[in-house]
This record gives sequence, C-alpha cells and structure tokens, in this order.
Amino acid sequence: MKIRTSDPTVEQVVRTVAAAHREQRGALLPILHAVQAELGHVPKEAVPVLADELNLSRADVHGVVSFYHDFRAEPAGRRTVRVCRAEACQAQGAGRLVEYVEQSGLALGQTAQDGSVTVEQVFCLGNCALGPAVEVDGRLHGRVDTERLGALLHGTDRTRRDGVGATHDGSEVPRS
Amino acid sequence: MTRHPAQPPVRIYVPRDSAARSVGADEVTAALQQAVDGADMALDLVRTGSRGMLWLEPLVEVATEHGRIGYGPVAPDDVPALLAAGLLDGGEHPLRLGLVDELPWLARQNRVTFGRVGVIDPLDADDYLRHGGLTGLRTALKLTSADVVAEVTDSGLRGRGGAGFPAGIKWKTVLDCPGELKFICCNADEGDSGTFADRMLMEGDPFLLIEGMTIAAHAVGAREGYLYIRSEYPDAVVTMRAAIEIARERGWLGTSVLGTPLAFDLHVRVGAGAYICGEETSMLESLEGKRGMVRAKPPIPAIEGLFGKPTVVNNVLTLATVPVVLAQGAKAYQELGVERSRGTQVFQLGGNIARGGIVETAFGITLRELVEEYGGGTRSGRPVRTAQVGGPLGAYLPPSSFDLPMDYEAFAAAGAMVGHGGIVVFDDTVDMAAQARFAMEFCAAESCGKCTPCRIGSVRGVETIDRIVADENRDENLAVLDDLCELMTDGSLCAMGGLTPLPVRSALTHFPDDFTGPARSLSGARTVDIPIPRVPGARTEGTA
Repeated sequence: MKIRTSDPTVEQVVRTVAAAHREQRGALLPILHAVQAELGHVPKEAVPVLADELNLSRADVHGVVSFYHDFRAEPAGRRTVRVCRAEACQAQGAGRLVEYVEQSGLALGQTAQDGSVTVEQVFCLGNCALGPAVEVDGRLHGRVDTERLGALLHGTDRTRRDGVGATHDGSEVPRS
Repeated sequence: MTRHPAQPPVRIYVPRDSAARSVGADEVTAALQQAVDGADMALDLVRTGSRGMLWLEPLVEVATEHGRIGYGPVAPDDVPALLAAGLLDGGEHPLRLGLVDELPWLARQNRVTFGRVGVIDPLDADDYLRHGGLTGLRTALKLTSADVVAEVTDSGLRGRGGAGFPAGIKWKTVLDCPGELKFICCNADEGDSGTFADRMLMEGDPFLLIEGMTIAAHAVGAREGYLYIRSEYPDAVVTMRAAIEIARERGWLGTSVLGTPLAFDLHVRVGAGAYICGEETSMLESLEGKRGMVRAKPPIPAIEGLFGKPTVVNNVLTLATVPVVLAQGAKAYQELGVERSRGTQVFQLGGNIARGGIVETAFGITLRELVEEYGGGTRSGRPVRTAQVGGPLGAYLPPSSFDLPMDYEAFAAAGAMVGHGGIVVFDDTVDMAAQARFAMEFCAAESCGKCTPCRIGSVRGVETIDRIVADENRDENLAVLDDLCELMTDGSLCAMGGLTPLPVRSALTHFPDDFTGPARSLSGARTVDIPIPRVPGARTEGTA
C-alpha cells in the first residue's frame, strides 16, 4: 500500500477501519491487522484514535499493539523475509541461514538501509519436514540453502514464477 | 504424448498445500499446463491438499483406470520428460511411485482424521459430500445434545492440542451450564515447532473442521464459533475463510443448519505472532481483543470462557475428529489405541528426517517405528542423536528411549509428553546445551509475562546455562538450574513456564557431556558465545 500526500490521514484510515469492524466482538486485533494492511505499520498516531473508537484507554491499546510481534511501529522494507529459527529448522541448518543474514550485512528484526528488505526471525512456519523454511511476503519456501536465501534477500530469486521478489502489488515503490 | 485432443481430459492432481508449494508445486502445475497447452490438449487439473508424504512433494498424481498413480518429487524441468514417458497414462519413469494408496508408507497408516486430506479438492463441496462429508453432522442432528456429548465421551476422544483432556467431559460441562450465549472456539494457533497437522488439515479438508465445530455447537447449545488461526499460516486462513463462505451458501452454516432449527455461524480470527496464544486462556484474551495474557484457572473456560461465557475450546484435530466419531460410532473409534489413549494420533515427523510428514496411526506405536521405519532416519544420513517429542516444551529423548509406546500416560511416566504429536529429529551434530539454552531463550521471548517463574525464570535459565557451559562454579550452577526448573514446573501459571524445564532437564539428563566445555553454535561450530542474537523488537519487558 502506498501512501501519498493526497492519501487520507492516519486518523481517517483508522476511523474507517474501525467503522467497518463495529459489529465484531473484541474487534481490536482484526482492526489492527486491517490498519497495518492499509498503512504498512501501526503508527503511534493510531493509538489515541483507536482508544477513542473502542472506548479503551490509550494504555490498553498500546499494551495490545506492543504485545504482538506482528504489529510494526515502522513500515517494513519492500520485501519481508522471515527466517524460521524453531527447532525443526535448527535441525536442518537454520543457524547457517541466520549467520548468512548477518554476513550479508543485515540483521534480524531490521530493515536494510536502502529499504529493500526487512529480515525477521519467526518461530515455526509449519513446514517442519521441509526445513529450513523461509517466508517471503507471505509465501513459504522450503529446503532453503544459503544461495537461495541470498536470492530471496536480494529479490533475484528466479526459481519462482509467481512474482516472489516483487512486492505484493507488483510495484517496487517504497510503502511510505 | 500420444493422446488425441478428442479424448476426455486426463485428471491430474497436484497439491496446493503450502508445504508442497514451498518446494515448487505451483511451478510444476504451470509447467504441466504449459506443456499440454502447447500440444493443444486439455487437462483436468485438481489442486488437493497434501497426502503428507512431504519428502515426495511436489507429488503429482494421475487418475488411471487402476487408481491414482503417483510421481514425485517432480521438478518443473521433469515435466517434459514425464509427459514423453506417458505420464498421462501412468507410464513408467524413474519418478513413478506406483498406486499412491498402495504405497507402504501410506497403506500402513490408519487415516481417520486425515482420510480426505490429499484426496479431495479442499474447496469443492460436492467432492466433500462424495467422500462421506456431513455424515457425522447429519447423524448428530438426529440426536439430542446430551446423546452427542455421550457419544463423544464414549469414544474416548481426548484433546489433541497437547493436554489430552477428554473432549466429552469438557463438552458436558458447557452443555450443563445455563445461559443462551455460549461459544465454540477452535484453537488453530499451532505454534509448536515440529507440528503442522492443523495447518495441513485446514488447507486440505476445511469442511471437516467446520462440520466438527457445528457438531460441537449442537452438542452444547452454542450459536457462535471462532476459529483462531495463527498469522504464520496465511494459506490456511484463506482456505478456511473460503470454505466458510461456501458452507454458508450451502446452508451448512447459518440460521438453519441443513434445514434444522440449529443456528450456528463461524468466524475466522487471525493471531498476531504470539506463541503464548496457543494456550487456551491466552487465546481467549486475544479473541477478546486484549494482550494474550494467560488467565488463572479456575474458572475453567468451559464455565467462564470467551467474554465470560461457557466456551468449548478444542484443537483443530480434536474438532476434526468429531465428525468421524459420529459417522462411524464411538465404538469403532474407541477400539483403536491403547490404555487410556484411544483412537488415532496424527504424528508429524520433522527436522532432520529422511521421510518427513504425517503419520496417522493408532496410539501405541513406538517412537522407534516412527523415526526409523516411517522416517527412515536422518536426512543428513548421520546417526540420530535425539528426537524432541511434543514441541518446544517437549523432552529430548535419546535413541535408547525410542521403544516408548506413544501414549499419553506412558510418555508422562517417562518424564516426556506426546503433546500435539510433533517429532523433531536431530543428527549427531546437535549441541544439546545449545538446545537447552534455546528452550529457555524461547520461553523468555514468548512468555506473556504474567507470572514470575516463567518471565524471570527463563531469563535466569539462559544465564545459568551459559555459566554451566563456561564452567563457572559448575556444580553450584547446576544446582541453581535444577532449582529453577523445579520452581518453574511447580509455580508457573500455564504450560509455557511449567513445561520449559522438560526439554532443559531431559537434555541435561540424557546428554550431560554437552554441558561441559564451550558450546557449539546451532550450525555446529564450537564457540563460547552461542550466537543467538537478541533481536530488536522481541518482547523483553520485565525480563531483566
């Protein structure tokens, strides 16, 4: 999702999303997912608006946003690469993938300086018999070696024909 | 390719399961399509779930007059040669496996819950009906609520999420609670490493889970259900949402389920990356839109669950087994298994294993049969050093313990747990001190923070293991670690802190030598500083 200056403000986005979830019980998580899908992250300015919409305290909303790993305070890079570090992938050499990420000048939990890629760790992608597993923009990859990971990190993976390596909407424009 | 365009299109099955897609199932499908398009022929391509023989993925099946012939693992580049070899007629090729249903790995299993997974098109409601779908629900709707509960109780079905609590007893508690508003919650927050059966079931046979939840609704008098799926399973979320939509259109959900007075609707909720939300009370908090903090029990969720109302909380496999129990009768299900572990368990073989995947079989099979006979040992070809059973909170067992029968009580007696049936195999390059440290580190990262033994104990655990490995006051620190483990076991609110000592202690007991001298990194290189980085953004509040 691209935000241009003419795009709605954070407050407008949050209020629209909240209105769409008005009928749901305990709607905060679905709302946060929807806000992140719209804006690429959950900005600080969203917290007081959500508190107002849901009749919660700001502390309550902040507590929820900060509890869950998925909600980002900052927009991610153009690609998000998540490396599984849970036991089944460890047994298949996930440690080598983590070392490779670091040797590439990237760090888990951080976005490359040029904004091209965010690398994260994840604990289990449910691909435990075909590890090590890596997920790129929601797409699962199995039996990933360092060479393949390099291609996935740099967006040059050509073994896939479904556009992995590009962003969700096929553009290469930064989100923010 | 000798077929004439006038012949009816050949039916080809390629999985759409995300594990199969992770190794190229979509690319193989595209290559097949491209090849037949070029030859001006038509294919009847069906995307199924996965049969669970994951080392054979992408597994392509061709319908022939003798049955479904399998080829695998197929790479896109293999497609032209396969077609030239007569793939569409089940022709010979080095990748040809034979009749899939007769492959010994599959034929030896007892697929009860997974009977349709990999066989049908998961989102084809008619395919579901042709394969016996809704038989359980139709049977249940002819019975009273109490009779359905009795049937489930009699079957001996126990919660498949890990705790193994009898499902019928839980349901009876909810049924006996007064009140109009009750909930059915399905826990699909399958966060344990080494487990993927919930995911495969949701991607491979989503209507079965819907049917199971609907039976539960009828059994306890609930009108509303929630399916809490972890965000790491985007394909399962998409499949379940699509299946629910189809079920509504068909009248399988809604104000009058199958034309009966039963009203039941179902909603998918997506988690947000918190392992602890697999714990049932934490999941309920999350469903209510709160931090996933564990609740103290009692009150149990059956009495005060979602929004304080009586709630059935069951795992995916538990609810997906209910239709089978109703369709085939409690007795048939009860006859499978051993001792107090009745029916089948869906074991998941993962990690460093030659033939990983889904093995559904009656309880009582030994770990050795699973790891060696089904699994074929390690993928690396090196000796098996250990298997962790039951997820990150399960024990590391040495091969000398592999003759344990897989049964809840036998495992508990051996200081281990069957859990959700995940088995992760490691070869002899594993450093068990690093694995023990990881168990504590994982607990520190994923603890909800509500209780001190888990929140603080796990951080102290990491530090203490580091000191032991560095040979700092070794004996004293071993005593501290033991004490810490005991405290976490006895004093934690839930299984997260309460069971983290299980992998730690089992590693210490069975592999004491690994705790002397510098630890190896997870990649096998010996270093003093185990390179498990503290990750910015990991939840560390209150842990220091």
